[in-house]
Amino acid sequence: MTTTVLLFTLLKVIVIVFVVLTAVAYAVWFERKVVARLQSRWGPTRVGPHGLLQPLADAIKLLTKEDITPANVFRLVYFLAPALSVITALLAFAAIPFGPVTLVGGVDLFQIANLDIGVLYILSISSMGVYGIALAGWSSNSKYALLGGLRSSAQMISYALAAGLSLVGVLLLSGSLNLRDIVNAQAGATWGFIPHWNIFPQLLGFFCFLTAAIAQTNRLPFDLPEAESELVAGYHTEYSSMKFAMFFMAEYANMLTVSCMVTLLFLGGWHGPVFGPALLQTMLPLLWFSLKVLALLFLYIWIRGTLPRFRYDQLMAFGWKFLFPLALVNVLLTSLIVAYRAD
Amino acid sequence: MPESILNGLFFYVLAVVILGGAIMTITRRNAVHSAIWLVVTLMGVAGLYLHLNAEFLAAVQILVYIGGIMVLFLFVIMLVNLDEAAKQRQFNRQWSLALICTLVVLVEFGFFLMRGAGSFAFAEPGQGALKPNTELMAVALFQDYLLPFEIASLLLLVAILGAVLMAKKEI
Repeated sequence: MTTTVLLFTLLKVIVIVFVVLTAVAYAVWFERKVVARLQSRWGPTRVGPHGLLQPLADAIKLLTKEDITPANVFRLVYFLAPALSVITALLAFAAIPFGPVTLVGGVDLFQIANLDIGVLYILSISSMGVYGIALAGWSSNSKYALLGGLRSSAQMISYALAAGLSLVGVLLLSGSLNLRDIVNAQAGATWGFIPHWNIFPQLLGFFCFLTAAIAQTNRLPFDLPEAESELVAGYHTEYSSMKFAMFFMAEYANMLTVSCMVTLLFLGGWHGPVFGPALLQTMLPLLWFSLKVLALLFLYIWIRGTLPRFRYDQLMAFGWKFLFPLALVNVLLTSLIVAYRAD
Repeated sequence: MPESILNGLFFYVLAVVILGGAIMTITRRNAVHSAIWLVVTLMGVAGLYLHLNAEFLAAVQILVYIGGIMVLFLFVIMLVNLDEAAKQRQFNRQWSLALICTLVVLVEFGFFLMRGAGSFAFAEPGQGALKPNTELMAVALFQDYLLPFEIASLLLLVAILGAVLMAKKEI
């Protein structure tokens, strides 16, 4: 690896982190706007046109607020937990391809690392996200935070299983763990207009993964770890200022990761109609990718604005007694079909 | 040879992480701290797998041990009140016996390392032979060693059923 390639890769990392963090900030704005519309309100309108500068104002507010550390916390772990959350959330983006292979000077523009085990990498990194939350709950030395942390660790383990299993169908169809290969297996269309996306043969898997992923990212209707009516704010009750903001960032970054994963695995990634001059041809896949991710984010927020919260025992029963067997059935059906086709 | 120096550096850094984490695991008073250090150790082992080009193993190590088993450990530790246990004596005063045992094992290890030093040289992996890592693993597990694999999974199933049976008060 030459120095220029190394520098270029570093630059790429910085750009992608910057883009992801900006997207996270605007995901918050998007959510506030959409939820407001769903509830017949306006949402943020004061800061900038359509409240577009609101994320900036929020960031300044959170950065300059007083940072309170409660007296009886376990200091090192208390400081480590929010950082752990953000780091695991951001690390997942290292393996996500945002567009087709576009080589400039021997370096792929739209992906940091093309891993052979991309799917597994993202699953394992996001499975580590639970530590940030569980340790935050424990180290805060507060019963609400502890209960929130406990709930979230139980929930994440339960649903991680269903999420992993529901992906097996896709892996069987494409025969690879590499995200790029999986997307490339979805190129083309039947009769010229029905795209070869995995969502059609894997509707069951899509439903299972989306549900499990919403539960894993602690979003409504599965946001029991921070159910404010019973747990104050759950695991981040004792956090303030930027440390609180880091949990917030991690949650939205995880939403973004899930949306990217669903786009890549089920919605054909960056595939879409490509036309026009060369520059447009390189940019269009990025646009399709972003639009699909945006649509999934909207779905997230739509669900949040529509469904009430589960009760905790309902949540566990749903995960283990419904979603998990459903994912197993999906694996069984898909492998039967794949085996039948291979004969 | 910067490549081999870098390789050695990675190995020793990972070894320090693994051993340091292991020592911290057994010496911490607080059970949660022990669990965190155990996570560090397991992460170091995952790093070693990665260093050996066994990326599938590394990912599974993180997914299963760090993302699954250790979270359950933490879960149980956080659920059970361990303040009382932390106040009690953590070590048995049997260091003389332990020292003798350790010395015997050390001498044994040393003897075999000296005698069989020649057999520790690793063969160079063929270029490209290790490439489709996951596929090789699947072939080994589901074709070459299918029967042992099935037996092992059956054993695990029996163990799970046994654990459930023992944990349940009435069936």
